[in-house]
Amino acid sequence: MDIRNRIAKRAAEYFKAGDVVNLGVGIPGMCSDYAVPGVMFHTENGFIGVGPAATGVQKVEAFSNASSTEFVPVFGSCAFDSAESFAIVRSGRLAATVLGGLQIAENGDLANWTRPGGKFGMGGAMDLVNGVRKVIVAMELCAKNGSPKIVKDCSYPLTGKRCVNHVVTEQCVIDVTPQGLLLVEVLDGLSPEDIQRQVEPRLIVSSSLKQMER
Amino acid sequence: MIGGFMGCGSPHGLIDELVRQGKKDLTVIANDTARPGVGIGKLISAKLVKKVVASHIGTNPETQAQMIAGSLEVDLVPQGTLAERVRAAGFGLGAIVTPTGVGTVVEDGKRTIDIDGRTFLVELPISADFALVNAKRADYRGNLSYAFTARNFNPLIAMAAEVVIAEAEDIVPVGAIDPDSVVTPHVVVDYLVPQEKKNG
Repeated sequence: MDIRNRIAKRAAEYFKAGDVVNLGVGIPGMCSDYAVPGVMFHTENGFIGVGPAATGVQKVEAFSNASSTEFVPVFGSCAFDSAESFAIVRSGRLAATVLGGLQIAENGDLANWTRPGGKFGMGGAMDLVNGVRKVIVAMELCAKNGSPKIVKDCSYPLTGKRCVNHVVTEQCVIDVTPQGLLLVEVLDGLSPEDIQRQVEPRLIVSSSLKQMER
Repeated sequence: MIGGFMGCGSPHGLIDELVRQGKKDLTVIANDTARPGVGIGKLISAKLVKKVVASHIGTNPETQAQMIAGSLEVDLVPQGTLAERVRAAGFGLGAIVTPTGVGTVVEDGKRTIDIDGRTFLVELPISADFALVNAKRADYRGNLSYAFTARNFNPLIAMAAEVVIAEAEDIVPVGAIDPDSVVTPHVVVDYLVPQEKKNG
Protein backbone atom coordinates (compact mmCIF):
# COMPACT_ATOMS: atom_id res chain seq x y z
CA MET A 1 0.00 0.00 0.00
CA ASP A 2 1.40 3.43 -0.90
CA ILE A 3 1.97 6.12 1.72
CA ARG A 4 -1.14 8.14 0.92
CA ASN A 5 -3.47 5.14 1.09
CA ARG A 6 -1.80 3.95 4.30
CA ILE A 7 -2.53 7.31 5.95
CA ALA A 8 -6.13 7.38 4.66
CA LYS A 9 -6.82 3.80 5.78
CA ARG A 10 -5.51 4.45 9.29
CA ALA A 11 -7.39 7.75 9.65
CA ALA A 12 -10.62 6.01 8.58
CA GLU A 13 -10.26 3.63 11.56
CA TYR A 14 -11.56 6.47 13.76
CA PHE A 15 -14.98 6.30 12.07
CA LYS A 16 -17.75 4.00 13.27
CA ALA A 17 -21.11 3.06 11.82
CA GLY A 18 -23.63 5.85 12.30
CA ASP A 19 -21.02 8.61 12.20
CA VAL A 20 -21.39 11.58 9.87
CA VAL A 21 -17.96 12.75 8.76
CA ASN A 22 -16.47 15.57 6.67
CA LEU A 23 -13.39 14.92 4.55
CA GLY A 24 -11.00 17.52 3.16
CA VAL A 25 -9.34 17.33 -0.24
CA GLY A 26 -6.30 15.17 -1.02
CA ILE A 27 -5.40 12.30 1.33
CA PRO A 28 -8.42 13.01 3.62
CA GLY A 29 -10.78 12.48 0.68
CA MET A 30 -9.37 8.98 0.21
CA CYS A 31 -10.62 7.95 3.70
CA SER A 32 -14.07 7.15 2.27
CA ASP A 33 -12.54 4.13 0.50
CA TYR A 34 -11.66 2.60 3.88
CA ALA A 35 -14.61 3.60 6.11
CA VAL A 36 -16.74 0.89 7.71
CA PRO A 37 -20.28 0.52 6.30
CA GLY A 38 -22.79 2.89 7.86
CA VAL A 39 -20.60 6.00 7.89
CA MET A 40 -22.17 8.91 6.01
CA PHE A 41 -20.19 11.76 4.47
CA HIS A 42 -21.02 15.45 4.74
CA THR A 43 -19.88 17.97 2.16
CA GLU A 44 -19.83 21.63 3.18
CA ASN A 45 -21.65 22.80 0.06
CA GLY A 46 -24.79 21.35 1.61
CA PHE A 47 -25.25 17.60 1.61
CA ILE A 48 -25.05 14.51 3.82
CA GLY A 49 -24.84 11.22 1.94
CA VAL A 50 -21.98 11.69 -0.48
CA GLY A 51 -21.38 8.33 -2.16
CA PRO A 52 -18.93 7.08 -4.77
CA ALA A 53 -17.77 9.20 -7.70
CA ALA A 54 -20.36 9.24 -10.49
CA THR A 55 -19.57 7.93 -13.95
CA GLY A 56 -21.39 8.19 -17.30
CA VAL A 57 -25.12 8.92 -17.00
CA GLN A 58 -24.85 9.07 -13.19
CA LYS A 59 -23.10 12.43 -13.52
CA VAL A 60 -25.50 15.16 -12.38
CA GLU A 61 -24.06 18.62 -11.68
CA ALA A 62 -26.40 19.16 -8.74
CA PHE A 63 -24.69 16.26 -6.95
CA SER A 64 -21.23 17.82 -6.70
CA ASN A 65 -18.98 17.61 -3.67
CA ALA A 66 -16.78 20.43 -2.36
CA SER A 67 -14.03 19.39 -4.80
CA SER A 68 -16.47 19.70 -7.74
CA THR A 69 -16.52 15.92 -8.22
CA GLU A 70 -19.95 14.55 -9.12
CA PHE A 71 -21.04 11.79 -6.77
CA VAL A 72 -23.81 9.21 -6.43
CA PRO A 73 -25.96 10.01 -3.36
CA VAL A 74 -26.49 7.18 -0.88
CA PHE A 75 -29.80 6.05 0.65
CA GLY A 76 -30.87 8.45 3.40
CA SER A 77 -29.22 11.53 1.88
CA CYS A 78 -30.34 15.06 2.63
CA ALA A 79 -29.63 18.50 1.15
CA PHE A 80 -29.49 21.89 2.87
CA ASP A 81 -28.15 25.40 2.37
CA SER A 82 -24.67 26.64 3.34
CA ALA A 83 -25.82 28.18 6.64
CA GLU A 84 -27.38 24.91 7.78
CA SER A 85 -24.36 23.03 6.51
CA PHE A 86 -22.08 24.99 8.81
CA ALA A 87 -24.65 24.94 11.61
CA ILE A 88 -24.25 21.15 11.48
CA VAL A 89 -20.47 21.65 11.58
CA ARG A 90 -20.26 24.15 14.46
CA SER A 91 -22.92 22.52 16.62
CA GLY A 92 -21.02 19.25 16.97
CA ARG A 93 -23.24 17.03 14.82
CA LEU A 94 -20.27 15.71 12.84
CA ALA A 95 -18.36 12.89 14.54
CA ALA A 96 -15.10 13.66 12.78
CA THR A 97 -13.36 15.74 10.17
CA VAL A 98 -10.18 14.71 8.40
CA LEU A 99 -8.04 17.60 7.17
CA GLY A 100 -4.60 18.12 5.71
CA GLY A 101 -1.94 19.94 7.70
CA LEU A 102 0.99 22.29 7.07
CA GLN A 103 1.99 22.65 10.74
CA ILE A 104 0.70 21.25 14.02
CA ALA A 105 1.91 22.65 17.32
CA GLU A 106 2.55 20.84 20.57
CA ASN A 107 -0.67 22.29 22.05
CA GLY A 108 -2.86 21.19 19.14
CA ASP A 109 -2.84 24.45 17.16
CA LEU A 110 -3.36 23.77 13.45
CA ALA A 111 -2.09 25.71 10.44
CA ASN A 112 -3.41 24.24 7.21
CA TRP A 113 -4.87 26.95 4.98
CA THR A 114 -1.94 29.01 3.80
CA ARG A 115 1.77 29.56 3.97
CA PRO A 116 2.92 32.99 5.17
CA GLY A 117 2.19 35.53 2.44
CA GLY A 118 -0.22 33.30 0.54
CA LYS A 119 -3.76 34.58 0.79
CA PHE A 120 -6.04 32.34 -1.21
CA GLY A 121 -8.63 31.56 1.43
CA MET A 122 -9.56 29.25 4.26
CA GLY A 123 -12.79 27.90 2.77
CA GLY A 124 -14.58 25.93 5.47
CA ALA A 125 -11.53 24.74 7.43
CA MET A 126 -11.78 27.30 10.25
CA ASP A 127 -15.40 26.36 10.88
CA LEU A 128 -14.68 22.63 10.78
CA VAL A 129 -12.04 22.82 13.52
CA ASN A 130 -14.47 24.79 15.72
CA GLY A 131 -17.17 22.27 16.48
CA VAL A 132 -16.57 18.91 14.86
CA ARG A 133 -16.21 16.36 17.68
CA LYS A 134 -12.93 14.82 16.49
CA VAL A 135 -10.39 16.73 14.38
CA ILE A 136 -8.03 14.34 12.61
CA VAL A 137 -5.09 15.63 10.60
CA ALA A 138 -3.94 13.24 7.87
CA MET A 139 -0.60 14.25 6.37
CA GLU A 140 2.96 13.20 5.70
CA LEU A 141 5.14 13.57 8.79
CA CYS A 142 7.60 16.04 7.23
CA ALA A 143 7.43 18.67 4.51
CA LYS A 144 8.84 17.86 1.05
CA ASN A 145 12.14 19.54 2.00
CA GLY A 146 12.35 17.32 5.09
CA SER A 147 11.55 20.06 7.61
CA PRO A 148 9.29 19.10 10.52
CA LYS A 149 5.56 19.80 10.29
CA ILE A 150 4.98 18.91 13.93
CA VAL A 151 6.48 21.93 15.67
CA LYS A 152 6.68 23.66 19.06
CA ASP A 153 4.73 26.68 17.79
CA CYS A 154 3.15 27.24 14.39
CA SER A 155 4.84 29.95 12.33
CA TYR A 156 2.20 29.71 9.59
CA PRO A 157 -1.19 31.47 9.89
CA LEU A 158 -3.46 29.42 12.14
CA THR A 159 -6.63 27.64 11.14
CA GLY A 160 -7.60 27.12 14.77
CA LYS A 161 -6.23 27.11 18.30
CA ARG A 162 -5.88 23.88 20.30
CA CYS A 163 -8.20 22.05 17.95
CA VAL A 164 -6.39 18.88 16.78
CA ASN A 165 -7.18 15.52 18.40
CA HIS A 166 -5.24 13.02 16.28
CA VAL A 167 -2.42 13.22 13.76
CA VAL A 168 -2.06 10.33 11.32
CA THR A 169 1.10 10.18 9.22
CA GLU A 170 2.77 7.52 7.09
CA GLN A 171 5.13 6.72 9.98
CA CYS A 172 3.11 7.17 13.15
CA VAL A 173 -0.08 8.16 14.93
CA ILE A 174 0.08 10.93 17.53
CA ASP A 175 -2.67 12.03 19.94
CA VAL A 176 -2.82 15.58 21.26
CA THR A 177 -3.29 15.39 25.05
CA PRO A 178 -3.26 17.98 27.84
CA GLN A 179 0.16 16.59 28.82
CA GLY A 180 1.59 16.97 25.32
CA LEU A 181 1.93 14.92 22.15
CA LEU A 182 1.45 11.23 22.80
CA LEU A 183 2.99 8.78 20.36
CA VAL A 184 0.47 5.93 20.15
CA GLU A 185 1.53 4.03 17.01
CA VAL A 186 4.76 3.61 15.12
CA LEU A 187 5.17 2.03 11.70
CA ASP A 188 6.38 -1.55 11.66
CA GLY A 189 10.19 -1.39 11.47
CA LEU A 190 10.60 2.09 13.01
CA SER A 191 11.34 3.07 16.61
CA PRO A 192 9.98 6.00 18.68
CA GLU A 193 13.44 7.57 18.34
CA ASP A 194 13.07 7.54 14.54
CA ILE A 195 9.89 9.60 14.91
CA GLN A 196 11.32 11.90 17.61
CA ARG A 197 14.15 12.93 15.26
CA GLN A 198 11.59 14.27 12.73
CA VAL A 199 9.48 16.41 15.08
CA GLU A 200 10.31 19.48 17.17
CA PRO A 201 8.41 18.93 20.43
CA ARG A 202 9.32 16.19 22.89
CA LEU A 203 7.00 13.20 22.32
CA ILE A 204 5.52 11.17 25.17
CA VAL A 205 5.68 7.50 24.20
CA SER A 206 2.50 5.65 25.08
CA SER A 207 2.85 2.79 27.53
CA SER A 208 0.66 0.81 25.15
CA LEU A 209 2.51 1.77 21.95
CA LYS A 210 1.12 -0.11 18.96
CA GLN A 211 2.60 -1.10 15.64
CA MET A 212 1.17 0.64 12.58
CA GLU A 213 0.61 -1.59 9.56
CA ARG A 214 2.58 -0.92 6.42
CA MET B 1 -24.29 38.58 -4.27
CA ILE B 2 -24.16 35.58 -6.52
CA GLY B 3 -25.19 32.03 -5.64
CA GLY B 4 -23.13 28.97 -6.41
CA PHE B 5 -20.30 26.82 -5.19
CA MET B 6 -17.52 26.39 -7.75
CA GLY B 7 -20.07 27.19 -10.46
CA CYS B 8 -22.62 24.60 -9.28
CA GLY B 9 -25.83 26.51 -8.59
CA SER B 10 -24.66 29.77 -10.13
CA PRO B 11 -27.06 31.75 -12.37
CA HIS B 12 -25.08 31.25 -15.57
CA GLY B 13 -27.42 33.19 -17.84
CA LEU B 14 -27.34 36.25 -15.57
CA ILE B 15 -23.54 36.09 -15.36
CA ASP B 16 -23.28 35.85 -19.16
CA GLU B 17 -25.54 38.89 -19.46
CA LEU B 18 -23.39 40.92 -17.04
CA VAL B 19 -20.38 40.07 -19.21
CA ARG B 20 -22.26 40.97 -22.42
CA GLN B 21 -23.30 44.35 -20.97
CA GLY B 22 -19.81 44.93 -19.55
CA LYS B 23 -21.09 45.95 -16.09
CA LYS B 24 -17.90 47.17 -14.44
CA ASP B 25 -16.53 47.85 -10.95
CA LEU B 26 -18.65 45.17 -9.35
CA THR B 27 -18.30 44.03 -5.77
CA VAL B 28 -19.05 40.30 -5.77
CA ILE B 29 -20.07 38.49 -2.60
CA ALA B 30 -20.02 34.73 -3.17
CA ASN B 31 -18.49 31.56 -1.80
CA ASP B 32 -15.72 31.49 -4.42
CA THR B 33 -14.76 32.68 -7.89
CA ALA B 34 -14.86 29.16 -9.38
CA ARG B 35 -12.34 28.63 -12.18
CA PRO B 36 -11.33 30.82 -15.13
CA GLY B 37 -14.21 30.86 -17.62
CA VAL B 38 -16.60 29.05 -15.26
CA GLY B 39 -19.49 30.72 -13.41
CA ILE B 40 -18.31 33.77 -11.45
CA GLY B 41 -14.87 33.15 -12.99
CA LYS B 42 -16.27 34.70 -16.20
CA LEU B 43 -16.71 38.05 -14.43
CA ILE B 44 -13.12 37.85 -13.19
CA SER B 45 -11.79 36.92 -16.64
CA ALA B 46 -13.64 39.92 -18.14
CA LYS B 47 -12.07 42.19 -15.45
CA LEU B 48 -15.47 43.45 -14.31
CA VAL B 49 -14.88 42.96 -10.59
CA LYS B 50 -13.16 45.43 -8.27
CA LYS B 51 -13.78 43.59 -5.00
CA VAL B 52 -14.52 40.00 -4.01
CA VAL B 53 -15.83 38.84 -0.64
CA ALA B 54 -15.40 35.05 -0.63
CA SER B 55 -14.25 32.08 1.44
CA HIS B 56 -11.51 31.12 -1.02
CA ILE B 57 -10.00 32.03 -4.38
CA GLY B 58 -7.57 29.11 -4.48
CA THR B 59 -9.14 27.56 -7.57
CA ASN B 60 -8.97 30.65 -9.77
CA PRO B 61 -5.44 31.79 -10.72
CA GLU B 62 -6.88 34.84 -12.52
CA THR B 63 -8.44 36.09 -9.28
CA GLN B 64 -5.10 35.57 -7.56
CA ALA B 65 -3.19 37.36 -10.32
CA GLN B 66 -5.53 40.38 -10.28
CA MET B 67 -5.30 40.50 -6.48
CA ILE B 68 -1.49 40.41 -6.57
CA ALA B 69 -1.45 43.06 -9.32
CA GLY B 70 -3.58 45.27 -7.06
CA SER B 71 -6.52 45.65 -9.45
CA LEU B 72 -8.81 43.42 -7.36
CA GLU B 73 -9.46 43.66 -3.65
CA VAL B 74 -10.17 40.33 -1.95
CA ASP B 75 -11.79 39.97 1.47
CA LEU B 76 -11.52 36.37 2.71
CA VAL B 77 -14.18 35.15 5.14
CA PRO B 78 -14.47 31.64 6.61
CA GLN B 79 -17.21 29.84 4.73
CA GLY B 80 -19.53 29.23 7.67
CA THR B 81 -19.05 32.81 8.83
CA LEU B 82 -19.80 34.12 5.33
CA ALA B 83 -23.05 32.13 5.30
CA GLU B 84 -24.01 33.45 8.74
CA ARG B 85 -23.13 37.07 7.93
CA VAL B 86 -25.31 36.93 4.83
CA ARG B 87 -28.03 35.20 6.83
CA ALA B 88 -27.79 37.89 9.52
CA ALA B 89 -28.41 40.62 6.94
CA GLY B 90 -31.33 38.73 5.45
CA PHE B 91 -32.86 37.88 8.80
CA GLY B 92 -32.71 41.41 10.19
CA LEU B 93 -30.01 40.72 12.79
CA GLY B 94 -27.39 43.24 13.91
CA ALA B 95 -24.54 40.73 14.13
CA ILE B 96 -23.75 37.11 14.79
CA VAL B 97 -21.20 35.73 17.24
CA THR B 98 -19.13 32.69 16.27
CA PRO B 99 -16.16 30.74 17.61
CA THR B 100 -14.80 30.40 14.07
CA GLY B 101 -11.58 32.34 13.55
CA VAL B 102 -10.78 33.05 17.21
CA GLY B 103 -7.00 33.26 17.59
CA THR B 104 -6.44 33.56 13.81
CA VAL B 105 -5.99 36.47 11.39
CA VAL B 106 -9.78 36.52 11.03
CA GLU B 107 -9.95 37.99 14.53
CA ASP B 108 -7.83 41.05 13.58
CA GLY B 109 -9.73 44.30 14.17
CA LYS B 110 -12.87 42.55 15.43
CA ARG B 111 -14.65 42.70 18.76
CA THR B 112 -14.78 39.56 20.85
CA ILE B 113 -17.32 38.56 23.45
CA ASP B 114 -17.05 35.95 26.22
CA ILE B 115 -20.17 33.90 26.85
CA ASP B 116 -20.18 31.10 29.42
CA GLY B 117 -16.39 31.05 29.46
CA ARG B 118 -15.99 30.75 25.70
CA THR B 119 -14.68 33.46 23.36
CA PHE B 120 -16.60 34.40 20.21
CA LEU B 121 -16.00 36.87 17.40
CA VAL B 122 -18.63 39.51 16.67
CA GLU B 123 -19.26 39.30 12.92
CA LEU B 124 -21.33 41.91 11.13
CA PRO B 125 -24.05 41.36 8.50
CA ILE B 126 -23.27 41.46 4.77
CA SER B 127 -25.96 42.73 2.43
CA ALA B 128 -25.98 43.76 -1.24
CA ASP B 129 -27.81 45.84 -3.82
CA PHE B 130 -28.57 42.76 -5.93
CA ALA B 131 -28.79 39.01 -5.38
CA LEU B 132 -28.42 36.85 -8.46
CA VAL B 133 -30.03 33.55 -7.54
CA ASN B 134 -30.13 30.21 -9.33
CA ALA B 135 -33.16 28.01 -8.62
CA LYS B 136 -34.30 24.64 -9.91
CA ARG B 137 -37.96 25.70 -10.08
CA ALA B 138 -39.87 28.92 -9.71
CA ASP B 139 -43.64 29.43 -9.87
CA TYR B 140 -45.24 32.49 -11.47
CA ARG B 141 -45.34 34.25 -8.09
CA GLY B 142 -41.62 33.72 -7.52
CA ASN B 143 -41.65 30.89 -5.00
CA LEU B 144 -38.36 29.02 -5.42
CA SER B 145 -37.10 25.49 -4.88
CA TYR B 146 -33.57 24.23 -5.39
CA ALA B 147 -31.73 21.09 -6.45
CA PHE B 148 -29.41 19.27 -4.04
CA THR B 149 -25.94 20.88 -3.79
CA ALA B 150 -26.98 23.63 -6.24
CA ARG B 151 -28.86 25.16 -3.29
CA ASN B 152 -25.75 26.28 -1.31
CA PHE B 153 -25.79 30.10 -0.81
CA ASN B 154 -28.83 30.79 -3.01
CA PRO B 155 -31.59 30.84 -0.35
CA LEU B 156 -29.35 32.97 1.91
CA ILE B 157 -28.55 35.67 -0.64
CA ALA B 158 -32.21 35.76 -1.72
CA MET B 159 -32.99 37.16 1.74
CA ALA B 160 -30.10 39.64 1.92
CA ALA B 161 -30.30 41.94 -1.10
CA GLU B 162 -32.32 44.97 -2.11
CA VAL B 163 -33.24 43.53 -5.52
CA VAL B 164 -33.49 39.78 -6.01
CA ILE B 165 -33.27 38.32 -9.53
CA ALA B 166 -33.83 34.59 -9.79
CA GLU B 167 -32.87 32.49 -12.78
CA ALA B 168 -34.85 29.26 -12.75
CA GLU B 169 -34.39 26.08 -14.75
CA ASP B 170 -38.18 25.64 -14.86
CA ILE B 171 -40.87 28.27 -14.35
CA VAL B 172 -44.15 26.57 -13.48
CA PRO B 173 -47.74 27.56 -12.62
CA VAL B 174 -48.56 28.61 -9.08
CA GLY B 175 -49.35 25.48 -7.08
CA ALA B 176 -47.00 23.25 -9.06
CA ILE B 177 -44.45 23.64 -6.28
CA ASP B 178 -45.94 22.17 -3.12
CA PRO B 179 -45.98 24.98 -0.50
CA ASP B 180 -44.07 22.66 1.83
CA SER B 181 -41.32 22.37 -0.80
CA VAL B 182 -40.88 26.12 -1.27
CA VAL B 183 -37.49 27.12 0.14
CA THR B 184 -37.47 30.81 -0.81
CA PRO B 185 -40.87 32.50 -0.38
CA HIS B 186 -42.01 34.68 -3.32
CA VAL B 187 -42.20 37.78 -1.11
CA VAL B 188 -38.42 38.29 -1.40
CA VAL B 189 -38.12 37.66 -5.16
CA ASP B 190 -38.38 40.67 -7.48
CA TYR B 191 -37.64 39.28 -10.95
CA LEU B 192 -37.69 35.87 -12.62
CA VAL B 193 -35.58 34.92 -15.62
CA PRO B 194 -35.93 31.58 -17.40
CA GLN B 195 -32.68 29.66 -17.69
CA GLU B 196 -31.68 29.09 -21.29
CA LYS B 197 -31.98 25.42 -22.16
CA LYS B 198 -28.69 23.91 -23.25
CA ASN B 199 -30.15 21.14 -25.39
CA GLY B 200 -32.96 22.65 -27.44
